[in-house]
Amino acid sequence: MKLTLKIWRQGGKYKGEFVSYVLDKVSEHMSFLEMLDVLNEELVEKKETPVSFEHDCREGICGSCDMVINGQPHGPMRGTTTCQLHMRHYNDGDTIVIEPFRAKAFPVIRDLVVDRSSFDRIIQAGGFISVDTGQAQDANNTPIEKTTASEAFDAATCIGCGACVAACPNASAMLFTSAKVAHLSMMPQGKVEAKRRVQAMVKQMDEEGFGMCSNVTACEAECPKEISVENIAKMNREYISAVFGSETSV
Amino acid sequence: MKLDGKVPPGSLGEKWTKYRSTMPLVAPNNKRRIDIIMVGTGLAGASAAATLGELGYNVKCFTFHDSPRRAHSIAAQGGINAAKNYQNDGDSVYRLFYDTIKGGDYRSRESNVHRLAEASRNIIDQAVAQGVPLAREYGGLLANRSFGGVQVSRTFYARGQTGQQLLLGAYQALSRQISLGNVEMYNRHEMLDLVLVEEKDSNGKPVKKARGIIARNLLTGELERHAAHCVVLGTGGYANLFYLSTNAMNCNVSAAWRTVRRGALMANPCFTQIHPTCIPVSGDYQSKLTLMSESLRNDGRVWVPKKEEDAKAIREGKKTALDIPEEDRDYYLERRYPAFGNLVPRDVASRAAKTACDQGLGVAPTGLAVYLDFEAAFERYGKSKAHATGLHNPSMETIIDLGRKVVEEKYGNLFEMYEKITGENPYIMPMKIYPAVHYTMGGIWVDYNLETNIPGLFVTGEANFSDHGANRLGASALMQGLADGYFVLPYTIGDFLSREIRTPKIDPKQPAFEQAENDVRDRINKLLNIKGDHSVESFHRRLGKIMWEYCGMSRNEQGLLTARQLLRELKDEFYRNVFVPGTNEEYNPELEKALRVADFMELGEVMILDALNREESCGGHFREEYQTEDGEALRRDDEFAYVAAWEYNGWDEEPKLHKEHLVFENVELKTRSYK
Amino acid sequence: MSLTGLFLISFLVIHLIGNLQLLIDDEGEKFNLYAEFMTTNPVIKTVSYLLYFSILLHAVQGWMIWRKNRAARGQGYAVKVTRGAKGNSPKVAKAMGWIGTVVFIFLLLHLYQFWFQMKLDVIEYVEYNGESVKDLYSLVSVTYEDITFVIIYVLSMAVIAFHLLHGFQSAFQTLGLNHKKYTPFIKTVGTLYAILIPLGFAIIPLYMYFLL
Repeated sequence: MKLTLKIWRQGGKYKGEFVSYVLDKVSEHMSFLEMLDVLNEELVEKKETPVSFEHDCREGICGSCDMVINGQPHGPMRGTTTCQLHMRHYNDGDTIVIEPFRAKAFPVIRDLVVDRSSFDRIIQAGGFISVDTGQAQDANNTPIEKTTASEAFDAATCIGCGACVAACPNASAMLFTSAKVAHLSMMPQGKVEAKRRVQAMVKQMDEEGFGMCSNVTACEAECPKEISVENIAKMNREYISAVFGSETSV
Repeated sequence: MKLDGKVPPGSLGEKWTKYRSTMPLVAPNNKRRIDIIMVGTGLAGASAAATLGELGYNVKCFTFHDSPRRAHSIAAQGGINAAKNYQNDGDSVYRLFYDTIKGGDYRSRESNVHRLAEASRNIIDQAVAQGVPLAREYGGLLANRSFGGVQVSRTFYARGQTGQQLLLGAYQALSRQISLGNVEMYNRHEMLDLVLVEEKDSNGKPVKKARGIIARNLLTGELERHAAHCVVLGTGGYANLFYLSTNAMNCNVSAAWRTVRRGALMANPCFTQIHPTCIPVSGDYQSKLTLMSESLRNDGRVWVPKKEEDAKAIREGKKTALDIPEEDRDYYLERRYPAFGNLVPRDVASRAAKTACDQGLGVAPTGLAVYLDFEAAFERYGKSKAHATGLHNPSMETIIDLGRKVVEEKYGNLFEMYEKITGENPYIMPMKIYPAVHYTMGGIWVDYNLETNIPGLFVTGEANFSDHGANRLGASALMQGLADGYFVLPYTIGDFLSREIRTPKIDPKQPAFEQAENDVRDRINKLLNIKGDHSVESFHRRLGKIMWEYCGMSRNEQGLLTARQLLRELKDEFYRNVFVPGTNEEYNPELEKALRVADFMELGEVMILDALNREESCGGHFREEYQTEDGEALRRDDEFAYVAAWEYNGWDEEPKLHKEHLVFENVELKTRSYK
Repeated sequence: MSLTGLFLISFLVIHLIGNLQLLIDDEGEKFNLYAEFMTTNPVIKTVSYLLYFSILLHAVQGWMIWRKNRAARGQGYAVKVTRGAKGNSPKVAKAMGWIGTVVFIFLLLHLYQFWFQMKLDVIEYVEYNGESVKDLYSLVSVTYEDITFVIIYVLSMAVIAFHLLHGFQSAFQTLGLNHKKYTPFIKTVGTLYAILIPLGFAIIPLYMYFLL
């Protein structure tokens, strides 16, 4: 099929603008990124600068690929990263607009590549359990209810791609932050420092310049791992009880 | 050069404990004065950096990713082995050790493997303490499943995302050390050279030690010098040499290869693992292959049609799997290997799939695919579920339906992924699978301390050659990466560092650093100035084709000689005709790729030579000249029970082979049989 | 936001119960006595100041969040599609700022027309059992003789319905009260509330215009 791509170019000779490319012979079996590979190879053969986009594992788990496709992070399919989106969902003659994730806390580096180090800093603020190597007791000493472990896992499947921020009309990072808060506070090992963790992570999140949650739930809808906004409620609960119900402060 | 594995004395079971208890230590006040460079943030790198930080060293940690969390360990699906014997099925440290040695076709060091098996138990404890949500039973205790090549159930897992969960655990531990200031993190930095500094040893003899790296800031192109008392690599494997592999797009050998160019040795490069269950190739544009976890073979049955005409009809789209009656299906793994059935080790399963497809029984339009069928599992689980829920005389449809739900719970994300990629529903149609390059057992040669022949250079995880011999068992990669990072390196590095407590801070302004930086700049300029006509990608693709064709699942002398010839031609053309757009002083992924492909080509030659040299079939290395009458691998222990470690000095010099003979004191070398 | 919202939500119920007395066929006696009670009882008066404060705080908070959130986006998208999670409509949630503004303007009008008139004491008096009270009932019924006001009020109730539709369950979510077992119930109650309360209010002008 034949497609028209309107891609945001920024950096090098581009000041920040959409550039149109027409691509022939797109196979429906290609993944979206393979389609961009084809475009890039054509550009290189024409001695032009290829489009920069972030990608790595191409199996939906590393969280590298970040782009907004026709207004939706990771494109139209629910629970799917860009790298797993296949061209069979598009038709001959379609025009596809591709933009970077937009958020103050995700500045554009080049073309579709943005800086998501703010996520790392949120985790560094408290998204861990303070245990040194070698301090652990036997793994089976603390039983954990199967459903609790499974729910914690659901929250822990976050790949840190930032689609929640990109999708949220408020560019809020609540889903990302809450997924980690919820995961760790559901595990008995993580409960010990839960009060400190939630306050520290929320503080860092606010300092990074993310917006506030207004319960639009676009984050859940666009999350490639379909992480639930229930985690946001869990974090809110945790936060309220930490701030008002405990002596721990950050 | 004599290769000394530095294996400590003592009986196998006590070696590690004794060594650990008697080895020299670095006092806490001295640790604060010692700098360590850690390159890579996968399971091995992140866990090592975190642990070294906890111990009090100053760690500088590097990744070319935008965040340490993106390392490809994240994609490991199935699980992690540990000799916990929670299932009471006869597992033990010794059994895990034995399975790993046997699974590796007796080409690994006994002492290292036993240490790995010992550490395996601590890993699970550590992961659980970090909050890793491993799968549990209703009683709240940890669940296990089986993996290929073993007869016990010792694999711990977190649905189909075990690697992700374990990596995030290590990433979080690392993040904690970053926040405490013990680890300084350098994201988007790629190591492009190792810096050796010549010093005098205690006897006054000159010795070159690893004292730093040259890293390129991938955003600005700036070449940075980083100095430290020692350098640790955890940079992963080199499967992307084949272009199409299950590795992530950016996985590369460059950091490791640059140490080889500075004198480290590349050990057993021909030992590459071909994973039997991957989604088959669908077209020329394809950029990578996707793995379907080996855990699927717990419940899936592998088959091809018995009749060639059926296979042909399927390929032409005239028939589907569902049209082939039971009696016309060949469950060839169950037939050929009744003892292990569908759970034979990866190398055996892969070769069997190739054999079936070579006989014209392949089921994809390309002829390169076999079926992985869950019908029997649906039925088995469905019946059990019906029984458990008190359904009497349920219809077959109800049973299958219930069974599908059980399978969905176990492997839901894998089935979903399969459907996304192929557009086919695997709950109805059996999956089509084919082997693909997945992991590399070979790697940088290291001794028992994980130290290379260059003093002060350590290599962990997949990047070293140490524990898996000629073939890695499923769910052992996570185990090795984390064992090295959490429980081995942090101790063994002390052996070197305890002798460095008087060494002042390393000065990055000294000539050795300047020289290395200039070398890197020359390499970059050379590539940028070729200004040819073809993309880096096109060369990488051609390189992959050569290697897969002649140095892939099976190899022979003639083919390998041809491959070497073709590779050299490709290399010449690359340096004549590659086009790298842009400049060094900017974000330039094409330049990154060009540097990596250049290194892959050099490694390719060594891999071919290693495959030529190893005139036997063992594990992932199958030489057609050396097979039994029924097509099984023929190992030659009398001549090849050694580690082949290669010294490489560029295209104009013949690589030099060094051997470390493997001594087996505790296991008897037997022909591996899974029949 | 959620606390003030929930307070305002609970106020609406009281307000509606009181106002439904307008529908009693007694020439407004009960309603006027009720209004008298509400404006003179010291406890109610205290609560009412809390109410005015809540309305202002709710609006100011809303405005501040809106500003912060706009800044958090920075450069906007050329194309943007917003989907909600299953069972959630993102449209109302996204438009809460605008909807809230309309509600606020309506409140100003509403307060001017009734509350302000009473406070300024420009209202007529009526006597019940020798006691003279302000005849708010007549003011209301005169207002609702004008079809323009009836339409404005009914439309405003529709807008408030949307505001409540999102606000009700959103308040619970923000306070962390999300539970697999109870959230569906809260959502149902919220939806019913968002429909029934504004409907109740909307009936009053319609009834008074058409039937009285």
